[in-house]
Amino acid sequence: MNGVKLLVVDDEPAIRKLLNAGLSTQGYDVTSAATAAEAIARVTEARPDLIILDLGLPDMPGRDLLARWRAEGLDAPVVILSSRTDEAGIVEALEGGADDYVTKPFGMNELIARLRVALRHRLQQQGEKPLFKVGDLSVDLVRRIVRLKEREVKLSPKEYDILRLMVQHAGRVLTHAFILQKVWGSAYDVQYLRVYVRQLRQKLEDNPEQPRYIRTETGVGYRLAEPD
Amino acid sequence: MPDDRAAPVRPSPDALLAAAEQETRGRLKIFLGAAPGVGKTYEMLASGHARRNDGADVVIGVVETHGRRETEALVAGLEVIPRRSIPYKGRMIEEMDLDAILARRPALVLVDELAHTNAPESRHAKRYMDVEELLAAGIDVYTTLNIQHVESLNDVVAQITRVRVRETVPDAIIDRADDIEVIDITPGDLLQRLKEGKVYVPETARRAVENYFSPGNLTALRELALRRTAERVDEQLLSHMRAHAISGPWAAGERVLVCLSEDPRSAALVRYTKRLADRLRAPWVALYVETERALRLDTAERDRIADFLRLAERMGGEAVTIPGGTRIADDVLSYARSANVTHIVIGKSDRSRWFEILHGSVVHDLVRRSGNISVHVIAGDKETPAPGRSGAAVPTARRETWPYLASLVIVALATLVGFGLQKVLALQNIALVFLTAVLVSAVRFGLAPALVASGAAMLAFNFFFIPPLYTFTITDPENVVALFFFLVVAIIASNLTARVRAQALAARARAKTAEDLYLFSKKLAGAGTLDDLLWATAFQIASMLNVRVVIVLPDGDTLAVKAAYPPEDAIDAADLAAARWAFENNRWAGRGADTLPGAKRLFMPMQTGRGAVGVIGIDRDKEGPLLTPEQRRLMDALADQAALAVERVNLVADVEKAKLDAATDRLRTALLTSISHDLKTPLASIMGAAGTLRSFFSALTEEARSDLLSTVEEEAERLNRFIANLLDMTRLESGAIVPNAGLCDVSEVVGSALDRARSILRHHRLEIDLAPDLPMLSIDPVLFEQALFNLLDNAAKYAPEGALVRIEGWSDGAFVTLRVLDEGPGIAEEDRERVFDKFYRVRKGDQVRAGTGLGLGISRGFLEAMGGTLTADGRPDRRGAAFTIRMPVPPQARALKALP
Repeated sequence: MNGVKLLVVDDEPAIRKLLNAGLSTQGYDVTSAATAAEAIARVTEARPDLIILDLGLPDMPGRDLLARWRAEGLDAPVVILSSRTDEAGIVEALEGGADDYVTKPFGMNELIARLRVALRHRLQQQGEKPLFKVGDLSVDLVRRIVRLKEREVKLSPKEYDILRLMVQHAGRVLTHAFILQKVWGSAYDVQYLRVYVRQLRQKLEDNPEQPRYIRTETGVGYRLAEPD
Repeated sequence: MPDDRAAPVRPSPDALLAAAEQETRGRLKIFLGAAPGVGKTYEMLASGHARRNDGADVVIGVVETHGRRETEALVAGLEVIPRRSIPYKGRMIEEMDLDAILARRPALVLVDELAHTNAPESRHAKRYMDVEELLAAGIDVYTTLNIQHVESLNDVVAQITRVRVRETVPDAIIDRADDIEVIDITPGDLLQRLKEGKVYVPETARRAVENYFSPGNLTALRELALRRTAERVDEQLLSHMRAHAISGPWAAGERVLVCLSEDPRSAALVRYTKRLADRLRAPWVALYVETERALRLDTAERDRIADFLRLAERMGGEAVTIPGGTRIADDVLSYARSANVTHIVIGKSDRSRWFEILHGSVVHDLVRRSGNISVHVIAGDKETPAPGRSGAAVPTARRETWPYLASLVIVALATLVGFGLQKVLALQNIALVFLTAVLVSAVRFGLAPALVASGAAMLAFNFFFIPPLYTFTITDPENVVALFFFLVVAIIASNLTARVRAQALAARARAKTAEDLYLFSKKLAGAGTLDDLLWATAFQIASMLNVRVVIVLPDGDTLAVKAAYPPEDAIDAADLAAARWAFENNRWAGRGADTLPGAKRLFMPMQTGRGAVGVIGIDRDKEGPLLTPEQRRLMDALADQAALAVERVNLVADVEKAKLDAATDRLRTALLTSISHDLKTPLASIMGAAGTLRSFFSALTEEARSDLLSTVEEEAERLNRFIANLLDMTRLESGAIVPNAGLCDVSEVVGSALDRARSILRHHRLEIDLAPDLPMLSIDPVLFEQALFNLLDNAAKYAPEGALVRIEGWSDGAFVTLRVLDEGPGIAEEDRERVFDKFYRVRKGDQVRAGTGLGLGISRGFLEAMGGTLTADGRPDRRGAAFTIRMPVPPQARALKALP
C-alpha cells in the first residue's frame, strides 16, 4: 500500500502526532489538518485517497464538512473518529457518506484494519469476488450456496439477501437503516432485522451468543467479519 | 426595692441593663413647653444648628414653621427630608416620611410636634411611635411637646383649662427621654407674643384660644411643665445613682395597685395612679378582677376594660387580669399581698346604700381588711370618656327579662302546689314550698331573679295562704313574724345559692378554656409536619375565638400565608405590611392595634425565646374590636403554644438538615477520595511505564519492554472505563438518560457485552446458558449492553482467576430473567442493597478492591430506566454472588418469534 495518501483531520495535536507516527509505519503518506478550513485546503491541493475525520472540530461540525465534500463529488473513503457515547452521531455520519468509524479511545490495530477495509472496498467496488470465505463459513454468490464446514445451510430468501449484502461489504459496518433499505427497499422496523439476524446467527454461528461472523455494533448496526 | 437595701453598694442590674440598651438606641431630647407659642420649634432648630456646627449629620424630618420668619430662616440652613403625601378621603395629607429618614440614616433628626396623630393609612397611628422606631434604629431625635399632651396630666390640664386634649403622648416616652429642656417664658411674655401675632392660632379656634390663654391657665400650665421636668430630672439622678451604686434615700418597696372596672371613670384612676406611682417612684399595676359578672358584660363594657388595661401599659404600668369569685375585695387583697403592694387605688362608688347592703361594697371591704396597705379612694371625673375608639358607638345591651319572668312562673307553680298541699300541710310548711321555688330560681337564674322570686313568693304566700285570705292584710301577729323570717331566709338562701352558682359558672368557663388549651396542645404535639401544625392552629383559633385566621410565616426573604381557616392563599399589601411589622418588631399590628391600624386584619407575633417564628392574623366581618380581654389572654396562650410547636418542628427540620448536610459532606469526601485514587492510580502506572521506557529503553530486555507497554495499554483501558462510568453516572443523575428503546434480541446484546468484556474476562472461564426462545425485549441496546458489561466487569473483579462466570437467561412469559453468577467471595446479606450505592465497595479487611464503586449503581439505574430491576443475591449451591436482571416482556414481542 505504498504511496497511499491519508489526511488526518483532528484538532487534538496529540492525536495528530500519534496517527502520523503510527500510520507512517504502515507505509501511508500522512498529512494532517487541525481545522475544517485547513482540511478543505488540503483536500483541494493534495487529493488524499482516504480521510480520517474527527466529528468535533472547532470551526465546523465534522458531519457538515463530510456532507460538503460528498456534495462536491469527493469519493475518497472517510473514516470517522468519535466518542463512545455518540452512537446517534456515528449513525448520522455513516448515513451521510462516511465509510466506517472508530471510537475514541481506540487501538492502532483496530484503526488500521478499518482503513484497510475501506480502501479495499473502494478499489473493488465494481468487480466483486464470487466466493466469500471466512473461518468455516463460505458463501457462493453466483450459485447462492451457503456452506458451514462444507455442509450446506438452508437460508430463507430474506436471510440470504441480508447475508449477501453483508458479504458484499464484509469488514465494514452496515447501519440498520442501510440494510433495511437494501433488503426491504424501505425503512422497515429495526426489530424485523434483529429477528432475521438472530435466525441467521442460529444457523451460521457455533455459539450464537458469542458470534464470530456477524458482529453487533451496538446502537449502530452490524459488521460481517473480514474474509481470510 | 428590697434587693437594693440588701446590697447597697452593688449597681442595680436593671439600671445597668437599661443603660446598656440606651447606648445602642438613639438619644431623645424633648423640648417641652407649657403652651403653644413659647418657642419650642425655634429652640429645637437652633439646637439642631449647634449640633450641625459640631459636625453632626442633622436633617429635618418634619417642622411646622406656621409662617414665622425667624423659624423659617433656621429651617433654610438644614437638609429637609421631603414629606410623604397620603391620599385620604380625596385630600392629600402630608406626613413625615419615616422610611426615607430610616434609609437616609442621619445622626440626628428634628421631629416637630410629638403628639401628632398620623393619617389613617400610615404605618403608626401616632408620631411618637415613628420616633420610637427612629430611636430603635440608632438615630438621635429632637422633638417638641406641649405639657397638655402628656397622658398622665391629661385630666389635670382639662380641669385647669376646661379644654380636653385628644392627642396624648404616653408618659413612658417622656421617661425614656435622655434630655428634657423646658422652654420657659413668663405668662406675660407669652401673652405679649400672642398679641403681636407671633403665636400660630387657627382662625376658627380664636375665641376658644383666648379663653385658654388666660394668665391663670398659663401660670398653672407652666408650673405643671416645670414640675414634670423636675420629676424626670429626679428620676435621672436616681438611675444614675443606682447605676453607679451610690446609696441614697430612694423609696423602698413601694408598689401601687389600681383596681379597674368597666366603669368609664377607671381611666382617671389609671392616670391618678400613674402620678401617684411617679411621686412614690414606685412600680404600679392595673388589676382587673374577672368574675362571673364579667361574662355578662356587653361588648362595649369589655372593650372599655381592654382599653383601660392598654392605657395602663402605655403609661408604664403593668396590666394584670385575675379570675375572681364574688368577694372581689378578697381577691384584690390576696393578689396585692402576693405582689407586695403598698397602695391600692380604687374608684369611689356611687351606688345606693341599699345596693351596698344587698351586694356588699368592695370599697368598704377593702378598707376594712386591707391591714397595712393604704387604700386611696378616688372620685373619678364623670365627664371622662373612655379613651380610644370604642365607647358610645356600641349600644349597651339591655338586661334580659326572661329569667325574671321564669322566676315568677316558678313562684306561680309553687302557689298551685301549695293549694294542692293545703289540706295535708300546716301553713308554716307551705312556706317551704315557696322557699324551694326561690332556691330553684337562684340556681337557675342567679341572684337578681331569685330576689324577685323572694318578693313574689312572700306576696303570694301572704295573699293566698295567710288569713284573711285574698288580702295583703295579716291579722295574726304570729304570721307577721313568720312572713318576715320567710323573707329573710329567702334572701339569704338566694344569696348563698347564687354565689355558688356564680362560682360554678366561672369555674366551668375556666375549665372549658383550660380543656380547650389542653386539647389544643395535644393536637399540636401530635402534628408531625409544619403544615399539619399550622392548620390545626388556624382551625383552633378560628373556632375558639370565632374569627377568620391566617398564619403567615417567613418564606425566604418574604412572608407568605402558610395556613388559613377558612382557606385563603394570599393577603393584600396593607396586611402584608402589618404582618411584616408585627413579625419584625415582635408586637401587635394591624386592625385595632397602634401600628398600621388601616390593615384588614390584626396580626400577632408567635413569640419564642429566639424571636418571632411567624404571625397570626385574625379578622371578623363585624365592626369594632376583635378581642375582649379574656379572648386576648386566650389568644396569647394559643399563640404561645403554637409558637413553641412551630419552633419544635423547625428545630427537628434543622437537625435533620444538619444530618443530611453531614451525610452529603461525607459522600462528597468519599467521592473525592475515590475519584482521585481511581484516576491517579492508572495514571501513575502509565506515566511510570512510559518514563521507564524512554529513559532505559536500550537497557530493558524485549520482554520487559513488552510488559511495560502492556501495562500502559491495560491501565489506559482501566482509566477509560472509569471515566466512562463517571460520565454514565453523571448522565443518570442529571436525568439525561432517555432510553431509546426498541425491540431487541437479548442474546445479541449479551453477545456484544461479552465481546466488549473479552479482555477483562480473559483469565476466567465463561458459561452461557440462554433459553433459545427468549422473547424480544423493549430495551435500549446501548444501555442494556453497558448494564451487562458492568456486571461482567464486577464478576471479573471479584471472582478469582480461573473461576467460572456464568450467564443464564430464561423467560416465564411475563418476564425475562438474566442472571450473572460468579464464584467470588459473595456479598454479605446486609450489603446486598448497599452494593448499588454510589462509591460503595465491599470491604474485606482493610483491602478495597480496585474499582469505581459506580458500576453496579449504573447498571441498576440503566435497567430501571428501561422498566426492569436488578438485585444482588448469594448462590445457594456455592460461594459467589448472583446478580438478577428482570425485564418485562412487551406484548408485541410474541408476534416476532420467527419470520420467514
